[in-house]
Amino acid sequence: MKITQIQTTEEDHRIAKLAAIAIVLHMVEAVIPSPLPGVKPGIANIVTLYVLYQYGFATAAWVSILRVFASSLLLGQFLSPTFVLSLSGALLSLCVLWLAMHLPKRWFSPISLSIFAAFAHIAGQLIVVHLWLIPNAGVSYLIPIFAVAALFFGLINGLITQSLIES
Amino acid sequence: MLNLPRCNNLISQLKCLTQELLAGDWLVLIVSTLCVIYLFQTLWTNEHATKVQIRLGDQVYATYSLNQQREIYVHGKLGDATISIAQGKARFAKSPCHTQYCVHQGWLTHAGQAAICLPNQISLELLGEKKPYDTLNY
Repeated sequence: MKITQIQTTEEDHRIAKLAAIAIVLHMVEAVIPSPLPGVKPGIANIVTLYVLYQYGFATAAWVSILRVFASSLLLGQFLSPTFVLSLSGALLSLCVLWLAMHLPKRWFSPISLSIFAAFAHIAGQLIVVHLWLIPNAGVSYLIPIFAVAALFFGLINGLITQSLIES
Repeated sequence: MLNLPRCNNLISQLKCLTQELLAGDWLVLIVSTLCVIYLFQTLWTNEHATKVQIRLGDQVYATYSLNQQREIYVHGKLGDATISIAQGKARFAKSPCHTQYCVHQGWLTHAGQAAICLPNQISLELLGEKKPYDTLNY
């Protein structure tokens, strides 16, 4: 039998390790009951943001996307609506982070980026909900709750990321 | 969480937290708080509903006044659904769907509320009439 060997680089190993941490956080979060589907602390985003600051955007994007795919496989949600919501949130969040990382560091700390990312996450999910799952109405009533949650958890996650980067 | 050496009790920890925020962060925080408040004000109007709009598939099937007592039968994808209207309220009374989520949702009373029956492709949405100066008296 022929054994195929894949050459891996240092960067690959780093991405794998960081993605593993993000997946664990995602799993922990999946167990925590939530009063509303969609209102979640999003602690896995701490890893994405931390990686963005330490290793740059490409690594952060890898870690974030790998986390979404691997977690959905582990939770048995691959290609289900939950997975699509998770992916759309992560993608829009990455887009916003890519824009926001160019903000001057003197004025904007990870806390700002975390809040942006949290809002982008919920916005990405709401766009999918609106376009695909529930096109008519009904969700608009919940948008303020989602927004409050995004602001609150974005701030908390940002503070945690800040202290992680400093230490 | 924030285990910096100078932040060892609760009050100094709060001080440390505010020191972590830069000028731009404060701006982001304030602007996003204002956005959230604006969202609450626009989307959570406690307006009383005056009409119910029934949608079938992607089209508006009919709009009825809520100021009546009436049963409406709508033929959806799975079969006939019964929608009750009673003095400012509306609800799914009967539905041929398997899950019955729409029926269990009960009465809808406020403008903006909606009940959606995905299997049968029927949805109800309550509409309000905006009369901002209704209660002004001179």
